[in-house]
Amino acid sequence: MVEMTVRQALRDAMAEEMRRDERVFLIGEEVAEYQGAYKVSQGLLEEFGAGRVIDTPITEHGFAGLAIGAAMAGLRPINEFMTFNFAMQAMDQIINSAAKTLYMSGGKVECPIVLRGPNGAAARVAAQHSQDFASWFGHVPGLKVIAPWSATDAKGLLKAAVRDPNPVIFLENEILYGASFDVSDVDVVLEIGKATIERSGRDVTIVGYSITVSRALEAASMLAEDGVEAEVINLRTIRPLDVTTIVASLARTNRLVVVEEGWSFAGVGAEVIAAVCDGGFDHLDAPPARVSAADAPLPYAASLEQAALPRADQIVRAVRDVCYV
Amino acid sequence: MDAVPADDTALLVDFYRTMLLVRRFEEKVGQMYGMGLIGGFCHLYIGQEAVVVGMDAAIRADDAVITSYRCHAHALVRGVPPAAIMAELTGRGTGISKGKGGSMHMFDIARGFYGGHGIVGAQVPLGAGIAFAQKYQKRDNVTLVFFGEGAANQGQVYETFNMASLWSLPAIFVIENNQYAMGTAIGRAKAGTELCHRGEAFGIRGIQVDGMDVVAVHEASRELVARVRDGEGPMLVEMQTYRYRGHSMSDPVKYRTRDEVQKVRERQDPIEQLRVRLIEGGAVDDAALKAIDRDVKKTVAEAAEHAQTSPEPDISELMTDIMLDAAGRNA
Ligand SMILES: Cc1ncc(C[n+]2csc(CCOP(=O)(O)OP(=O)(O)O)c2C)c(N)n1
Ligand SMILES: [Mg+2]
Repeated sequence: MVEMTVRQALRDAMAEEMRRDERVFLIGEEVAEYQGAYKVSQGLLEEFGAGRVIDTPITEHGFAGLAIGAAMAGLRPINEFMTFNFAMQAMDQIINSAAKTLYMSGGKVECPIVLRGPNGAAARVAAQHSQDFASWFGHVPGLKVIAPWSATDAKGLLKAAVRDPNPVIFLENEILYGASFDVSDVDVVLEIGKATIERSGRDVTIVGYSITVSRALEAASMLAEDGVEAEVINLRTIRPLDVTTIVASLARTNRLVVVEEGWSFAGVGAEVIAAVCDGGFDHLDAPPARVSAADAPLPYAASLEQAALPRADQIVRAVRDVCYV
Repeated sequence: MDAVPADDTALLVDFYRTMLLVRRFEEKVGQMYGMGLIGGFCHLYIGQEAVVVGMDAAIRADDAVITSYRCHAHALVRGVPPAAIMAELTGRGTGISKGKGGSMHMFDIARGFYGGHGIVGAQVPLGAGIAFAQKYQKRDNVTLVFFGEGAANQGQVYETFNMASLWSLPAIFVIENNQYAMGTAIGRAKAGTELCHRGEAFGIRGIQVDGMDVVAVHEASRELVARVRDGEGPMLVEMQTYRYRGHSMSDPVKYRTRDEVQKVRERQDPIEQLRVRLIEGGAVDDAALKAIDRDVKKTVAEAAEHAQTSPEPDISELMTDIMLDAAGRNA
């Protein structure tokens, strides 16, 4: 067992994959000399040189397109977006080029790329720098979408993402970068598309991903004091969604709350609930509930920001609702 | 770089054959579209043949090409079998993309052909990425990145020029200036300098070439390719050309006169220019060219026949080629 931050886990995952496979390189703004805008690529330039750790101009549409083209031509790029907010400028290349070309070419053109960076709200950076894009990318066939929570998730899933032959969106979280976790197996390569149970419980299933897993665990502790035992599922992967693990949990608890940092409309919560209705409707003893961001752009003021993002007390409230207590 | 020897008859005859193949192929596509055998957006290359034929002959089989949706000719010259292209157009399972891409999305990486892209300008950064991979892998290859003069107004083109020059990528950016972007004549969309100078702010040298003259295209291309292959960094060429047909099959072409088109056909047609050159130079006789005509017609007719008799894709193909498993097979 070693203690490791998410930041270290991501860095080590990239370094190990770059050592393993010459085709893997890191490209993005400030990834080399500055060591990453959030210091995730610390030491990589020194170890791998400027040919494989590449600082780009501020040119998201261009460098994402270039990295996607390099993937089509046989390389294995790790494309860092300083934050996913800026990936919107590259959305056309991600959706129309990376996700669809395998299909449009009848299987001839593969695109093994990882597009990674912090996603969702940071702290007090207001609306344009604080959006969860999980449902945007999750909507698109041809993309895998990962949202790690712990250091184990970060390490094991980023290594898996680099080895995956498909385009993978890897949604990190700035607030979690500095969080420390115990990692039992530093060599782990996790399977993409598998959720994990972070806390077992028999009364209600709380599904979250990324930082909302922290909120769900806080809520579970609060609920335990009142004798409600919540099971907390960390999705790890948004697409493909691990419906099996969710439904199996629901078969034990019969109640469901989904927590997401994105907006609720056409969101990940809506998708999880629809999937559960398809595959586990008979297990439900109460209508499932969602805890999502307020349906507004994210405000700056501390009080408003706190009111906008999903909190443990809201999850507790939602659990009480679905448990009728 | 040496000029093409005027007596390299074999090469010139080859240009003639390939340009004619593109022309007859596209004419057949137009016909079949009219008969309802081909659907959707369909952009013909008629008039522009010299560009792709002269340039392709200047690169090697292991070099790379990427272009827009106006891609049938680019696929043909790279050696994709005409029948596989035609079957793609009719949406059959034997099409080059199994009938899942259609007119705008054809790819054949084994032949260095990277498509076939429907979003105006998107192929430009992708093409730079291919050139990046060539350089990363220390191969002495080049990538031809084709785009229209309309696409030359997209921001991502300039993002790409900047990176390509900064990193000295082996890319040749080819603006196929056919004078129109859909219904917009170039003068209504372009401010500032000639397109061939649009790379200069990034340190990319540009030249303008008569894209209706296959020999001029080829000579210019040989020099560009040699320099880029030598590691001089990216270059830009503006090919002055013209499309005879509408932007796509659904374009009634109300934005220019018939007379304008007729004049180009009479004075600058790339195939006719080369035919006259070959005959007047005494290199070949009329009978030899007629034999090529017959040959090309036969190839096109066979492709059309194949495209109409091949089976539709199996319905199971709807859900394949979306995701790969770890072994690279359909997941
Ligand atoms: C981003 C984008 N905007 C608009 C279109 C619609 N469109 C398709 S082709 C075209 C004209 C492009 O002209 P040009 O680049 O000169 O190429 P040409 O068709 O002449 O070969 C337009 C506007 C598109 N496909 N993609
Ligand atoms: Mg044009």
